[in-house]
Amino acid sequence: MFIYILRRILWTPVLLIISTFFVFFMGTVAPGDPAELKLGNKATPERIEKLRDEMGLNEPLSTQYIKYISKAIKGDFGESYTYSGKKVSTIIGPKLLVTLQLNLIASFLAILIGIPLGFYAAKNHKTKLDPLIVLSSLIIYAIPVFLIAPLLILFFSVNLNWLPASGWDGIFSYSAILPTLTVGIPGSAIYIRHMRSSTLNVINEDYVRTAYSKGLTNFQITTKHIIRNALLPILTLLGFTIAGIFSGSLIVEIIYGIPGVARLSLDAIFQRDFPILTAFVMIGSVSLIFANLIIDLAYSFIDPRIRLSEKN
Amino acid sequence: MNILEKIQKFRNKIFERKLISICIFFILTIYLIGIFAPLLATHDYNSIDLYNTQSSPSKENILGTDKLGRDIFSRVVWGIQTTVIITFTTLLTGTLLLGVSMGLISGYFRGKTDVFVMRLGEIVSSFPEIFLIILLAATIRPRIVEFIYNLEDKLNLSGLANSGIIDYFVVGIALLPLSWFGTMRLIRGQVLVVRELEYIQASQAMGTSNFRIIFFHVLPNVISPVIVSASFGIGAIALSEVVLSFFGIGVQPPKPSLGVMINDVTSRGVTSVSVLRNHPEQLLPPIIIIWILILSWNVVGDYINEKMNPR
Repeated sequence: MFIYILRRILWTPVLLIISTFFVFFMGTVAPGDPAELKLGNKATPERIEKLRDEMGLNEPLSTQYIKYISKAIKGDFGESYTYSGKKVSTIIGPKLLVTLQLNLIASFLAILIGIPLGFYAAKNHKTKLDPLIVLSSLIIYAIPVFLIAPLLILFFSVNLNWLPASGWDGIFSYSAILPTLTVGIPGSAIYIRHMRSSTLNVINEDYVRTAYSKGLTNFQITTKHIIRNALLPILTLLGFTIAGIFSGSLIVEIIYGIPGVARLSLDAIFQRDFPILTAFVMIGSVSLIFANLIIDLAYSFIDPRIRLSEKN
Repeated sequence: MNILEKIQKFRNKIFERKLISICIFFILTIYLIGIFAPLLATHDYNSIDLYNTQSSPSKENILGTDKLGRDIFSRVVWGIQTTVIITFTTLLTGTLLLGVSMGLISGYFRGKTDVFVMRLGEIVSSFPEIFLIILLAATIRPRIVEFIYNLEDKLNLSGLANSGIIDYFVVGIALLPLSWFGTMRLIRGQVLVVRELEYIQASQAMGTSNFRIIFFHVLPNVISPVIVSASFGIGAIALSEVVLSFFGIGVQPPKPSLGVMINDVTSRGVTSVSVLRNHPEQLLPPIIIIWILILSWNVVGDYINEKMNPR
């Protein structure tokens, strides 16, 4: 157990270095000379060469990387090419916050709908309700955002005139409701499916039958034996949800006109503003690595079986 | 009670079978449409007719025309072909070639090779998927364009660059990291079991080369789970292509693609709503095709997984 945790924790920095180096490398092999892009119309060969020296572009890649990463740890991702003179961090900070809020609330909604419904479907396995819930979750999961977003706008903002069709005034305003639904409801379908199958697995376990024959009440068995064990595999799913915390709502943001990560990163692609793009991918992958680490560690703490199997 | 249960089971089975057959029927129809696009398309997908824009469905234009007067039905049909081509090339290169061979190698040789491949997979999966795809698609396109033009010069071919092959390459390569790791892990797990079996040891004792053992003795025994992982991946690959094209970094506009069509009609919410109200025939066909395709693949994938996945 101890060795497992130690190995896992020691591997994390290596993973961090490799993945950040890869992202950095992709940013440098990207088309276009950064100095040329930055100078724009004022570019002359001499000026470009001078700026390249100033920006440290003539140094070896490893030196550039170390310089970049030692700044990035302090939250400084360099300067943007297109918004001249502006720090990348000041540009992307507010956008990341918007996307983060939207996805957090949406994931919360997905879990809130998905886990009870999935459990309910498994509990009613032999009735008509189960295939109904499964099929509708499959259908909802597969609906393209391109369809569900305009349909929601059409219904709630054009026909009923209840909610604004687009824009963003913070997460606790009316304008956040439709985007949250658009991200959260298809997300809940995944939780329904996994919660259902893991509950079905647990219901047929021997210890559940034993609990019944001991004469425990239905409520006790459900809360203490079934739900607790069925929730374990959901932890892995939580990892995937966290993986999408910065990137799960790209299309939704575009369609609803939300000033989040999507618009900025797409603009960055077309304007070849790679520092912004690199910063996004880097922040995303670093948070993903840490999230996975925490989930793995949490697993071994929560599930005694994993602890025991490591011991033997 | 017993009889009732049996009837219930039978009914469930019929329901399941019916659902699966409908889904397979949808998948086959959509793929056949893609393959026979040149025969089915009534118009050139790119011919602009400014006298006949935004027309409603008619005998001449089955699904009407878009704002440049292009026939929507033909564009959908050709867009499906793009999806079909990209799905299959990505599946062949990523899932089958890379995933299977990596899984075979790492499972069979174990030790350092295994550790290396697994670590590589861990690194790849430590990126947020969509961002990695976007970053790849954005950074490799110019290199691939250059490469194709060089190839054209060397081989004295013309029109290669305009045939859309660049888009297929870009999208295919960008989707690679997404597609190989799952298959690799699945195959590796199988190989770890199979390599301990007696007939493998027997052929090792007889001095058969590793290459021959891997391809003639191990591979045939581990290939069936590939179907499972492939059937799960296809829907995701098709959707990724559409999303990339919608963002404008996948298939490029002269080439038809379902994502490009959606992007043509709508890029902001308000306009897509007005399109949906006034000209639903422009927005709905590509979206519904994607919906049906992904739904069908999910259902079929679930079914195959339930029947075949070794637990």
